[in-house]
Amino acid sequence: MCYSEDPEYTGAAVIALVGNPNTGKSTIFNALTGLSQHTGNWPGKTVLKAQGTYVFHGKKYVVVDLPGTYSLQSGSAEEQVAQDFLCGKRLQATVVVTDATCLERNLNLVLQVMEVTSRVIVCVNLIDEAQRKKIFIDLDCLSAELGVPVVATAARSGTGLEELKVKIEEISFKRIITNPRRLVYDPDIEEAVALIEQNLPGSVKEHFNPRWFALRLVEGNQSLLKEIEKLKWSAPCEPYRISYSGPDSKNHIPGS
Amino acid sequence: MNLTESPIRDRIVKTIYQEAESITSRVVRRKKSVFDWDTKLDDILTSWWFGLPIMFLLLGLVFWLTIIGANYPSQLLAKILFWGQDQLSVIFQWFGAPQWLHDFFVLGVYRTVAWVVSVMLPPMAIFFPLFALLEDLGYLPRLAFNLDRLFKLAGAHGKQALTMCMGFGCNAAGVTACRIIESPRERLIAVLTNNFVPCNGRFPTLITLAFIFMGGLAGVGAASLTVAGIVMTGVAVTLLTAWFLSKTLLKGVPSTFALELSPYRLPQIGRTIIRSLLDRTVIILTRAVLVAAPAGGLVWVLANVRPGEHSILVQGAGLLQPLGKALGLDGFILLSFILGLPANEIVLPILLMSYLSVSSMVEPDNLLALKMLLVNGQGWTWLTALCTMLFSLLHFPCGTTLFTIWRETKSAKWTGLAIIIPFMVASMVCFAINWTIRTLGLI
Repeated sequence: MCYSEDPEYTGAAVIALVGNPNTGKSTIFNALTGLSQHTGNWPGKTVLKAQGTYVFHGKKYVVVDLPGTYSLQSGSAEEQVAQDFLCGKRLQATVVVTDATCLERNLNLVLQVMEVTSRVIVCVNLIDEAQRKKIFIDLDCLSAELGVPVVATAARSGTGLEELKVKIEEISFKRIITNPRRLVYDPDIEEAVALIEQNLPGSVKEHFNPRWFALRLVEGNQSLLKEIEKLKWSAPCEPYRISYSGPDSKNHIPGS
Repeated sequence: MNLTESPIRDRIVKTIYQEAESITSRVVRRKKSVFDWDTKLDDILTSWWFGLPIMFLLLGLVFWLTIIGANYPSQLLAKILFWGQDQLSVIFQWFGAPQWLHDFFVLGVYRTVAWVVSVMLPPMAIFFPLFALLEDLGYLPRLAFNLDRLFKLAGAHGKQALTMCMGFGCNAAGVTACRIIESPRERLIAVLTNNFVPCNGRFPTLITLAFIFMGGLAGVGAASLTVAGIVMTGVAVTLLTAWFLSKTLLKGVPSTFALELSPYRLPQIGRTIIRSLLDRTVIILTRAVLVAAPAGGLVWVLANVRPGEHSILVQGAGLLQPLGKALGLDGFILLSFILGLPANEIVLPILLMSYLSVSSMVEPDNLLALKMLLVNGQGWTWLTALCTMLFSLLHFPCGTTLFTIWRETKSAKWTGLAIIIPFMVASMVCFAINWTIRTLGLI
């Protein structure tokens, strides 16, 4: 967990890779970082998160490869790892790796990640596989629908990786500001969320995206209530936050 | 945390799914594909009738290629390494080193390492890339699919098959992989039974013994089917133990899960081979050598320190002899498994060294000489070989795996059971086989 404390990473932009199992996250990770974990063609290969670095246009990036997950809601170990990482810390960018051959299922996770952070890049991987299966994806349209950058890649042959790095750079250094699509739930849920959001303690709002946090409470997520207790007593003083606080730090809230 | 039953959560999820569906409808166009290879292939590989036999044959093929391919390089390596031993002896003499120092380093440390390398390296260098190719093709989820109904019957989780596949590489990795199983009950079952999958440390032992004792009967084919059979026995024992555990210590019903059958992909053959050679073979071999070197020294000391009339090694083996005999083994074999606790790779080398320390046989630098040592010197039969293979398959996890089990469960009780259960199973199976064969007078 402690990339923030590693002196090697101070000043580097932190990028998370998330995605459904078996979408090629580890292949993208290897391609970006030049590391070579063994990738396997089966879901569940990455149980622990892996971490590597690369340099692009003179800036250093730390890439964290999270275990594959279908959602950010339920309680399995890998979902917990992904959720904790995305929610608890502030990342410069999050790349959601999706499988072009079954985009619909993958979009569920994209929509959920966009509720946590606005600094999202959608990577439509296995685009070669999709072409082979005669599946065509209108990338511009997808980008417009989601309100975040979309990059098509075929990580195994290296297609699209350069463009992905460019997008990561643009998001990390706020050259482009995203406008992620916001999910609108049933009116009674929205009402409850708004009410909770207003009354969240300030410390929670600093650590989490308030809307996301409120939604989880509406759902009945008990473990987050414990987080509130914890935050009451601990000052927000992680080394990572100190080095990155500034004009950036408030801007992870979607729709703000 | 009982989120799954919250109706609000269901409504939230429903909104997300509807949104994903509506976006997809605007973004994705698909033509009806001309011919769906994946589905056709899946119909065969995961069919009720052919699924398991195909799995058996595929495993058999992998072992056949491994045994055929490993034999020659193994002998060559042994020749080179034992030539190195002679040179080392010359160097020690030239320096005028005392005899015990020479024996400790050359006959203890170096010889054990040489055996580990020559016995382990060639099969590993062939088996791992082959297995990695199967992995990259996308066969493993199908394997899990085939075994799923059996695991369900046993009260365990279908994803356990995937953790078992990791176990082929290393049981410690397999135990860590058990995290993909959400339910703690089923995860514990998977952790406790992962040991029944032979890891790379035990494969060379299985392959060598099968080649010497079963290969003689009908060639390489018989040897590879024997190894495949041993692996299948491991799967069967896993299922039985899982069933037993879910009826006794870990009661419960199996939870349902969705297993994704990932698309078949043509593996990048060159890269896969190089990766698995570098990632697994070299790393595992390095670890084996690091364990083998001190273990070789220790065994040499045990074999040469004589508190009474016999060395410590012989006395220990004598103590274990009655139990060993009952299990179709002997005291030395049992002692080697105990001394080999740090790593399974060194069990066979320790055994050979123990035998050499009590017999006047020449060192076996090829498989034929090894057979002579075991059969003529120590009275091994095919039954001894079979019981040793079964004991190796089932006995108890290695030190690294036990540490991993402790780390994952944080419980001394379950770590203890991870030793006791496999040991009981191994003893029962070996005893039953030995008793049956001898009673029936088949030997």
